[in-house]
Amino acid sequence: MTREGIPGRDDTIVQRVRLAQKRASTWFKVKFALVWAALIGAFVVALYLAGEIDLEWTATWGPLILDGARTTILLTVISIVLAVILAILGALGRLSSNAVVYAIASLYVSLVRGTPLLVQISFIYLALPQVGLVIPAFESGIIALSFNYGAYLTEIFRAGIQAVPPGQREAAQALGMHERHVMRRIVLPQAVRIVIPAIGNDFIAMIKDSALVSTIAVQELLWRAERAGRQSLNSLQALLVAALVYWVLTIIFSFFQERLEKRMARGDR
Amino acid sequence: MELGEVVVRATGIEKYFGDHHVLRGVDLEVRAHQTVMLVGRSGSGKTTMLRCLNFLEEPTVGVVEIDDVRVEADPLHARSRRHQEQIRQIRLRAGMLFQDFNLFPHMTVLQNCIEAPTRVKRIPKAEAVATAERFLDKVGLMDKRDEHPARLSGGQKQRVAIARALCMEPKVLMFDEPTSALDPELVGEVLKTMAELAHEGTTMIVVTHEMSFAREAADRVIYLDEGLIVEQGPPEQVLDAPREELTQQFLRRFLRDTET
Repeated sequence: MTREGIPGRDDTIVQRVRLAQKRASTWFKVKFALVWAALIGAFVVALYLAGEIDLEWTATWGPLILDGARTTILLTVISIVLAVILAILGALGRLSSNAVVYAIASLYVSLVRGTPLLVQISFIYLALPQVGLVIPAFESGIIALSFNYGAYLTEIFRAGIQAVPPGQREAAQALGMHERHVMRRIVLPQAVRIVIPAIGNDFIAMIKDSALVSTIAVQELLWRAERAGRQSLNSLQALLVAALVYWVLTIIFSFFQERLEKRMARGDR
Repeated sequence: MELGEVVVRATGIEKYFGDHHVLRGVDLEVRAHQTVMLVGRSGSGKTTMLRCLNFLEEPTVGVVEIDDVRVEADPLHARSRRHQEQIRQIRLRAGMLFQDFNLFPHMTVLQNCIEAPTRVKRIPKAEAVATAERFLDKVGLMDKRDEHPARLSGGQKQRVAIARALCMEPKVLMFDEPTSALDPELVGEVLKTMAELAHEGTTMIVVTHEMSFAREAADRVIYLDEGLIVEQGPPEQVLDAPREELTQQFLRRFLRDTET
């Protein structure tokens, strides 16, 4: 049946379908919000009834714990930047035709990915002083986190570089560009666009993994929460505050990451 | 147009991919202002031959001379610095156009055109931009100057790629099936640009399946089969009155396939 045949009727059904879809999607969102509100509300009420919510305590200790968030963010931002630099070098090494360079890069990736992050943190802070290398806690944390994430990101960058179509490199070479120039100006910028979402994911994962450096007394979020909890004999609230801050941080950065990702996707391909 | 000096001379080009003997000794000579077209079945080695000329494929044996640069195939030391630099000198003199254009997607049309002139030839930016605008105007895409390639049609992309190659002021332009990836309605604009270049006396080597284009714009047509030149000559001879049985078979099959 053609549209021209019975135009009025066709349009009505199209509109009705659209309306129904819109209504279904709104209803879905409402239900989603209600479920969250109910579950979280129930949790808070339960705590309150158990006498575990003490606003005075929060006013006293909250700011102290919250202060640790600054250290957490600083630690994570510095470490992810260093990790990306290490990852680019690592990826170039893993793609090198030079056996020595390839072997070094591969050893780095294998060693770091094959041992627990917690062991790496302890090793740098506790074991290295034995051979005369004393590194302060904060710096040890940064070194451990950036080396660890650098190894994982190395493989991501390697895949990203390989995902740039070979024709791109050929076109650049055919224009007389040096190997280095091809990599820096043509291949890497495209590879970075490909791996941006993965870097964002790792940044968010690192916010949470950075809690591990509390074990070497870096005064970040978890360390402060544990300490506040012990001193005030209220670990429950202290750790709840810490968990809440981690959660909010990841939500905020996920939001930015999604926007960045969308902008990249819209970009130029 | 009268014939100029020899711009491209390839001698005894052979290429193996593993044990597969793709080129079995091809000689090619192209003079200034000539347009030479390589035709043949797929797998005949014509694309490989073109890619050997600027060493995107290192020939197994043979010599390539373009303008004043002479490079001998050296597959055992292909990565050596001296050899790589010689190859780069060849590439500076030979512009290459690809089937799938290979514009740089993270750069605008203009940036695509000035990247190599400014950073490889170290031409001042203002001068490179002026040159780029001249060639973009020539291919009719001046209004796309600040667009990213993603916003262009296939035909427009290939014309930008032509402008980008011209910006390096090469001695010869080499086209590798430049219209094969295009929607049929976009083939014409690219062929028109290429025909203009040919008639203006640009030295060109073109691998193509477009026989009517070859008939119109080629000075010489070379028919390759199984890695050897079977026949070459002016298009009216090779395409309309081929002497060799293989060429006749190819054209018969080709005409039958394209007529349906």
